[in-house]
Amino acid sequence: MLSSKHFFLLPALLTLVAIILFPLLFTVRVSFSSWDVFQSGLDFIGGRNYVRVFEDDRFWQSLQRLSLLSIMSVSLQYTLGFALALAVWKQVRGGRLLRVLFLIPMMTTPVVMSVIWRTVFHESLGPVNDILSAFGVGPVPWLSSATGAFISVLIVEVWQWTPFMFLLLLAGLVSLPKEPYLAAAIDGAGTWRTFWQVTFPLMAPITIGALIIRLIEASKIMDTVYVLTSGGPGTATETSSYYIYIRGLRDFQIGYSAALSLVYLVIMIISLTIIAKLLLRTLVGKDE
Amino acid sequence: MNKFYHTLKTLFLLGWSIFVVFPFLWALSTSFKDANAITSGATYIPWVDFEPSTQGWTSLFTNGSQGINIVGPFIDSAAVTLIASLVSLILGTLAAYGLSRFEYRLGFVKNADITFFFISQRIMPPIVLAIPFFLMLKELGALDTIFGLVLVYVALLLPIAVWVMTDFFAGIPKELDEMAMTDGCSPIGAFFRVILPNSVPGLVVAGMFCLIFGWNDFFFAFTLTFTETQLLPVSIVSLNSSVTPWWSLSAFALISVAPLALVAIVVERYMSRGTMSGAIR
Repeated sequence: MLSSKHFFLLPALLTLVAIILFPLLFTVRVSFSSWDVFQSGLDFIGGRNYVRVFEDDRFWQSLQRLSLLSIMSVSLQYTLGFALALAVWKQVRGGRLLRVLFLIPMMTTPVVMSVIWRTVFHESLGPVNDILSAFGVGPVPWLSSATGAFISVLIVEVWQWTPFMFLLLLAGLVSLPKEPYLAAAIDGAGTWRTFWQVTFPLMAPITIGALIIRLIEASKIMDTVYVLTSGGPGTATETSSYYIYIRGLRDFQIGYSAALSLVYLVIMIISLTIIAKLLLRTLVGKDE
Repeated sequence: MNKFYHTLKTLFLLGWSIFVVFPFLWALSTSFKDANAITSGATYIPWVDFEPSTQGWTSLFTNGSQGINIVGPFIDSAAVTLIASLVSLILGTLAAYGLSRFEYRLGFVKNADITFFFISQRIMPPIVLAIPFFLMLKELGALDTIFGLVLVYVALLLPIAVWVMTDFFAGIPKELDEMAMTDGCSPIGAFFRVILPNSVPGLVVAGMFCLIFGWNDFFFAFTLTFTETQLLPVSIVSLNSSVTPWWSLSAFALISVAPLALVAIVVERYMSRGTMSGAIR
């Protein structure tokens, strides 16, 4: 029976179900087919695609690389974002201007900025090696060596997304209660102790939320990699999404890439759930 | 705070500010260069290091072999982003209000599960949906159209709108609705006459996040449009892989990121007022 309460929920719910759920179910069906360049359409080949996923070293390596990249970039973003938020939290000169400035990178389009970063990291014509050479360093093979390319992607990710951490953490700091700080001041606690015993514990819920959101977004990374390094050199910066993209939309192995993407999705959901539980237990000291 | 801390803090803020503005300044300087100023190695300051030229900027507004017109992609990007954000905001606000005020039940599925269903869509990697979206839009004849992209972007942005607005409505006391309803409003009337006018801060925050994620998406535009509809991120990437000179690329990049950089000013205002804290938990 339809009543006014359904007027509110149903339009959104039906839209999302129609746009997301059917494609997802379709992907499940496609993953059991041999759909590729030569044979298009839905046949049934059982779990053969899935067996191939488990034997595909390139996929598992991309997953390892993705984990390393996500964990490193999110930890850096969190640490730097928290430091920046603390630095502008209390009155500083030009605080307003700094806050706006620090937010800007997250408003910019990742691929557009990656086009710029590519010129920044250019080995012979870019400014980074030019500046480094003034200090007698270099030339650093930023985009043409495995380590250099990985670090370049890391730098761009930190530049782009530290503002998001800064935004969440500063908003959290602004709404903290005043009383615990009075108590700490009466106890004569210094800056350092006040941070670890008052600020950090009070910020734990926001910390968890911010880390999870960023890990979710970081696990999907592909735009930056596509423009900056195209996964290269070799496969040095190839993330899982990018590898699945190559298999699916470049080699047109539709069936196989469907299987890959579902395995990837399940691994993401499981590992993010575990990480969320671990964070809750260590930072808040309880389950759920 | 002692002097050491203070110096450290100032240096840190200064260093980070330089890091943040560096790519923008570099792009700005590059956009005024010509071939000589680029191929001779890194140069920085116009008139001192190189003789500025405006060809990077003029090439964006001319057609033909020299030009790479930015106007078309800009309009397409704006249209897709604005329509999709508006639709998501309307649907998302209604749903969020429903979820915060009424009880829904479908078998074992309750309000919390429905909210989770909405928000959990953010976990979905775009690549998982890309191929089915491609086939679905092909079926609908909506590939390479603004309509097709709007459809996909609504799925992308709706979870964000629901997420921000659910938290926002949780902070508005239910007495406000009840008062309106004892005054003779229907639940729907109460929502439009009383709740909605009081929800502007939440709507602004949700709307901004929709704009950011819509304007900045590359992957779906890249896989679902080709020539008829072209968004800014896709155009710049195709320019990047051809032989487009750095000065045009830089000017193009600066124009495409400019509109949202202005959004940062609005976000800052809401954030420092503390209005944001409820919305982002």
